[in-house]
Amino acid sequence: MPFDYRLLTIEMIVAALGLIVLVLGLIAPENKQKGLGPLTVMGFLGALAAAMVLWNTQGTLFDGMFVVDKYAAFFKILCLSAAVLVTLGCTQYVRNMGVHGEYYAMIVFAALGMCVMASAGDFITLYLGLELMTIAFIILVAVNKRDGKAVEAGMKYLVLAGLSSAALLYGLSLVYGMTGTIMIYDIARLVAAGSISPVLIFALVLLVAGLGFKVSVVPFHMWAPDIYHGAPTPVTAFLAVGSKAASFAVLLRLFVAGLAGMAGTWIMPVAVLAALTMVIGNLLAIPQTNIKRMLAYSSIAQAGYILVGLVAANESGIKGVMFYSFLYVFATMGAFVVVAAVYNKIKSEEIADYAGLAQRAPLLAAVLTISMLSMAGIPPLAGFVGKFYLFKTIISGYFWLALLGLIMSMISVYYYLRVCLVMYRDDPKENTPIEVSGAVAVVLLVAMIGTMVIGIYPGPLSEVVNTAAGTFFLH
Amino acid sequence: MGFPVLTACLLAPLAAALILVFLPKDEDKLHKWVAAAGTFVSLAISLYVYFAYNKELGGLQFVERVPWIKDLGVTYFMGVDGLSLPMLLLTNLIGFSAVFASWNIKNRTKEFFVLLLILIAGVMGTFIAQDVFIFLLFYEVVVIPIYLMVIIWGSSKRVTKEYAGMKLTIYLLIGSAFLLAAVIATFVKSVQITGTPDMSFKGLGQVAFPEQFQIYMFLLMLIGFGSLLSMWPFHSWSPDGYAGAPTAVSMIHAGILKKIGGYGLIRFAVYVMPAGAAYWAPFIAVLGVIGCAYAAMGALAQKDLKYVVGYSSVSHMGYVLLGVAALSVVGINGAVANMFAHGVMAALFFSMIGFIYEKTHTRWIPDLGGLARQVPRLAVGFMMAAMASLGLPGLVSFIPEFTIFVGSFERFGLLAVVAIAGIIITALYVLRAGANTLFGPPREEYNHLKDIQGPEMVPLVVLGTVLVVGGLLPALLFDVINSGVEPIMAHIADYLPAAVQIGGKY
Repeated sequence: MPFDYRLLTIEMIVAALGLIVLVLGLIAPENKQKGLGPLTVMGFLGALAAAMVLWNTQGTLFDGMFVVDKYAAFFKILCLSAAVLVTLGCTQYVRNMGVHGEYYAMIVFAALGMCVMASAGDFITLYLGLELMTIAFIILVAVNKRDGKAVEAGMKYLVLAGLSSAALLYGLSLVYGMTGTIMIYDIARLVAAGSISPVLIFALVLLVAGLGFKVSVVPFHMWAPDIYHGAPTPVTAFLAVGSKAASFAVLLRLFVAGLAGMAGTWIMPVAVLAALTMVIGNLLAIPQTNIKRMLAYSSIAQAGYILVGLVAANESGIKGVMFYSFLYVFATMGAFVVVAAVYNKIKSEEIADYAGLAQRAPLLAAVLTISMLSMAGIPPLAGFVGKFYLFKTIISGYFWLALLGLIMSMISVYYYLRVCLVMYRDDPKENTPIEVSGAVAVVLLVAMIGTMVIGIYPGPLSEVVNTAAGTFFLH
Repeated sequence: MGFPVLTACLLAPLAAALILVFLPKDEDKLHKWVAAAGTFVSLAISLYVYFAYNKELGGLQFVERVPWIKDLGVTYFMGVDGLSLPMLLLTNLIGFSAVFASWNIKNRTKEFFVLLLILIAGVMGTFIAQDVFIFLLFYEVVVIPIYLMVIIWGSSKRVTKEYAGMKLTIYLLIGSAFLLAAVIATFVKSVQITGTPDMSFKGLGQVAFPEQFQIYMFLLMLIGFGSLLSMWPFHSWSPDGYAGAPTAVSMIHAGILKKIGGYGLIRFAVYVMPAGAAYWAPFIAVLGVIGCAYAAMGALAQKDLKYVVGYSSVSHMGYVLLGVAALSVVGINGAVANMFAHGVMAALFFSMIGFIYEKTHTRWIPDLGGLARQVPRLAVGFMMAAMASLGLPGLVSFIPEFTIFVGSFERFGLLAVVAIAGIIITALYVLRAGANTLFGPPREEYNHLKDIQGPEMVPLVVLGTVLVVGGLLPALLFDVINSGVEPIMAHIADYLPAAVQIGGKY
């Protein structure tokens, strides 16, 4: 079979974009630097267009190391959309930070890592993508080097991400040791055939720990609030959406496809972790006074909901994860872009300082409200349908988990509404309106309309996800 | 499919809300008229639908179906039958009146009416949706506007408005979590049994669910719908919530939102899970009677007018539960009619209390007195609502209550007697509240009060007319309801396994 370059189109576009932005960032004069943002957006849009055009192009490269199916393509589209929104929504923020070239380049490389992860067919590709993404994020978190908080967060992320990578690598090596292969779909056949040795169970623990760190599952979640809080807001948004979605793509591929044979061993522990994550994420979000920390805990809780799809471990579970991850992009982007826009004006991320936002900036308040309520799963917003798809997959086998998830998501309304309370009830301390640039307004509108449209008319997205999830088991 | 009448009815308030968004902030009068126009269109359409509905034919009419989500079997399925019609009409009667009851709102009118219109559309949607998924979409839409309205325009008397708003919201949402779990489980089970996804009430009703499954699911639904209906012991949000809420929200909440609980119980829980309903019926009856008696005595102890009506509405919902629990045509007819009657009465009550509070700045009964001399029209409205509340013959609520007692006496005997005794307590607290507020020597400090006039008269005229007409011509109401309830009960009789006795193992 001749080498089909089309399968690598997206990655090639993104990689080229990253290199161009990096070089231009070094040679372009100071006053031209701000053109890098639009350039990055254009590049991402190009990659996104390519991904959509090549939707039906499927196949494998490098003897199965790189898998291109609709499942991978879906996650690539998801991560690239998130990247577009992040880049668009943060031009103001980046200008204030005063770094351009390296910032945009690292966003692009992180996105590249995510795309590679989505296509990972073996452990090497998986690890390659994961580390590419992680290293880019370590730099991004600390990119604002004059901000002590950001540097501290970068340091923490470096150390903890290193630890989790070590655990993951050890787990992967044990699986290799027991099966003699690193190809995920070969492992699936071997594990299904043979008996399960204790070593594989140990490997499983390490894999859960390593990837659980990336998706911030309790008890591997401790890093998230500190780092979400310390990092520049756009980076936090990308970390919350892109990193999580890509890691879930890998997690599903590894567990539901690769280790399906020993599902009996890992499903129950994962269900317990999901329950813990929902409960602890939501309960710890309640006392937070800083909006970024609150959103960090809420994103931990969201990971708990998404993990439910892994518990189901079948096609509809995968579908639930994909659907939820997609709408999560809009909700999270909406929320964090509002936080960034407000910070630009009032230089504060304390919830108390959001007083009267509804009167100063009705659009910002509306988008933040809608995004948060979507995360809580209030209809007619997207989160409701997403939760419906997720919990439907486990309701007959794990009714307690579904009920717990639904109750916890209603409890989450408590802390989301406290933000609404401050924004809507109080009169603003000062009356100057908060202006947002055109690009930010576009992101806000996309996030708001996306959340509402998916919520009210989920049919089309649901069909796309159906076809994408259908390709997952076709190997 | 002809002109989508029901969708037009649903969209009219939303269109008005959309227009409001683009109006300038300080055009108070204009905001009110736009809101009034939006709700008027809906009211007119629902009146048309109510009287154009063919009772002889029965069944769902004005049907609209559009496939919505294929893999979940969801259709945008709108239609009305004898069960939905009174509720639809009630929604728009109260929605229209609520706009005028809020005529004196001064601050942030634009936001207020946008939220109010969304709220009205949301409630309306639950009553005309014939698909459980679409029903759920509307069911929870209403919660957030209510929260915002309570915290912005509410009042803090005995409890702060923040507390009241949050209590209201969290109670209803946690209840809905149970309901949602039950709906998802029911849906998944129905797909396992039939193989094709179908979320319409009708489709789910034709699935033969195992008896044990029905019993579990019905309990979850009962918790969900029951907490919305303020079923004892899930009622405590209701008095606090009404006290904190602005007038329009109290009217809509007590008048119609609560009724979604009763409506859902009949339309979904009883219809789809008949064996579960039969098993839990005595349990519901007991809870209903406890609610009646307990809340009536609670109302007796209150000195804040809104708390009196708040507890009284919990007590009235006890009758509704009792009627549903009878699981007979007579009982359920009574329950539905009572929901309609109580809705009109509670809305009138709350709007009059709202005016009293606006004018005197107090709702504390010992601080009031003799108002009938100073504000006679207001007093008329208040007394009409009070008389309806105690079930005076000739007003709309007498016959529904009577019907419930007939229906439940057949089934439960002694329990029904206890509930009937509750009427006496009702008379006691309602008459006492009326006497201490309106009669007795007039107080000098209220001599300057202006009686309700102009737009303020609308709630009294609209709701008062319905109170009287519904009382004098009960057939207008009962014929419609009966045409909806009979097929439901026939369906239940068909699907109830022969071995199942009402009351299960009790």
